[in-house]
Amino acid sequence: MRRFLALYAGAAYLFLYLPLVVLGVFSFNSSKIATWRGFTFDWYRSVFHNAALFEGTMNSLIIALVATAVSTVIGTLAGYALWKKRAPWLTNALYMSLLAPEIIIGVSLLALFQWAFRFGHLRLGLHTVILAHISFSLVYVVIVILARLRTFDPALEEAASDLGANRWQVFRHVTIPLLMPAILAAGLLCFTVSFDDYVITSLVAGVDSETLPMMIYAMARKGISPEVNALSAMITVGLGVLVLLASRLERSR
Amino acid sequence: MRLRSIFLAPTALVMVLLFFVPLLIALAYSLLTRGPYGGVFPPWTIENYQRALDPLYLAILWRSVWLAAVSTALCLFMGFPLALYIARSARHKTLLLNLVMLPFWTSSLIRTYAWMFLLRDTGLVNTLLEGLHIVRAPLPLLFNDGAVVLGLVYGFLPFMVLPLYATLEKLDPALLDAAFDLGATPWVALRRVVVPLSKPGIAAGCVLVFIPCLGAYLTPDLMGGGKTVMLGNLVQSQFTTARDWPFGAAISLLLMLLVLLVARALAKQGEKLL
Repeated sequence: MRRFLALYAGAAYLFLYLPLVVLGVFSFNSSKIATWRGFTFDWYRSVFHNAALFEGTMNSLIIALVATAVSTVIGTLAGYALWKKRAPWLTNALYMSLLAPEIIIGVSLLALFQWAFRFGHLRLGLHTVILAHISFSLVYVVIVILARLRTFDPALEEAASDLGANRWQVFRHVTIPLLMPAILAAGLLCFTVSFDDYVITSLVAGVDSETLPMMIYAMARKGISPEVNALSAMITVGLGVLVLLASRLERSR
Repeated sequence: MRLRSIFLAPTALVMVLLFFVPLLIALAYSLLTRGPYGGVFPPWTIENYQRALDPLYLAILWRSVWLAAVSTALCLFMGFPLALYIARSARHKTLLLNLVMLPFWTSSLIRTYAWMFLLRDTGLVNTLLEGLHIVRAPLPLLFNDGAVVLGLVYGFLPFMVLPLYATLEKLDPALLDAAFDLGATPWVALRRVVVPLSKPGIAAGCVLVFIPCLGAYLTPDLMGGGKTVMLGNLVQSQFTTARDWPFGAAISLLLMLLVLLVARALAKQGEKLL
């Protein structure tokens, strides 16, 4: 039984990782087709020399950084407040935003923006993408912060207020420093979900705000491209490192 | 407590303005009429919801539910032994669990692309099979229902493993010992002891996988190649190529309702779980 389970688990891990490993290996393939012809860095070189991809990466970075900064700050505040006293309607709303299919969030935000644009000379662009990303990444921050606060000792806060600190000072000088690893972890998760998003982004992005995932999607649609393999390998490794960092921070005391 | 309101206000504002208001606008759109060149106009009507009952769209609903159910079943089939293995392993539990979660946090688009790279007509699998003269023409591995299910299972397997692990980890090993002492074979112990005791985890995992599968858009779009249409793709096409926003909005809201109904089942299960 044990041996059967181990074999089964091994097969499951192979299933999870093999496609990504194969993709990574073939990003070094000198042939354009799926047969191995020899080792090369050419595709990585051409990714770095591709001006459109560079612009897409910059767009994705700007969006992810701004959305992460906003979500992390306001999500941390909300998580703290929800820990102090429950607010079921807000918690439910956040979970609803987690459950809602991405495509629905995307089209309803598109409907909102199109409707709002009737009242001003606004267009879809980076700003609409950033707003969308803030709304869908907030829940991740709140979940991470709340999870950490569950193991937080309230006596630390009580001690500070007994020593004369007001509520804000307690939060600023006691809670925030203790929560810092969780806040950073939340930020990293926010960054990864934002940087990766295609479905919602593609609906609310304007002509001048094409992101990296939108470009990868367009290339994936066309067919196999070794450039996409190289790009994918880099993004997967990059995001993987961020996630490992986040899970380490989440656990650290 | 004033500080608390200040802390909650920004998040509440975002949720209201960027989640509920958009849904309300979608609701309004779904009750309006499509203009000759797209857009939404009066008069108010429930025609879009009546149209959703057309056999053509009911077939898409049925297909979405079916593909989501098959994917969920396969996730359970793959995830249960995996979760059991992790829960029963003496060391490295956290590491093994993180290894399951890690791909989920990296790019979903890239993970789908990775499968496309393997399964295309000119992909690695077909190239290998042809090179070894096992097949003469490339097998149609991509752009069908099977490929969509594969993509969904690959994408959402972690959602099954996590709750299963949570219940299996709490399972008292003494119960298993008792079963074995009473002469149960491993298979009988699994079927009569482990599975019944992990029902809450099974239910939670199934709902957690079923919901995102039901509303999936990217996987059927890329791996179904536009041939396998699920509800998510129907919504997307109404908002883009068909330019029928009112009908797209109506389908969105029906899908959202379906998701919430399934989620309520989870919430009830969750109460039992905790």
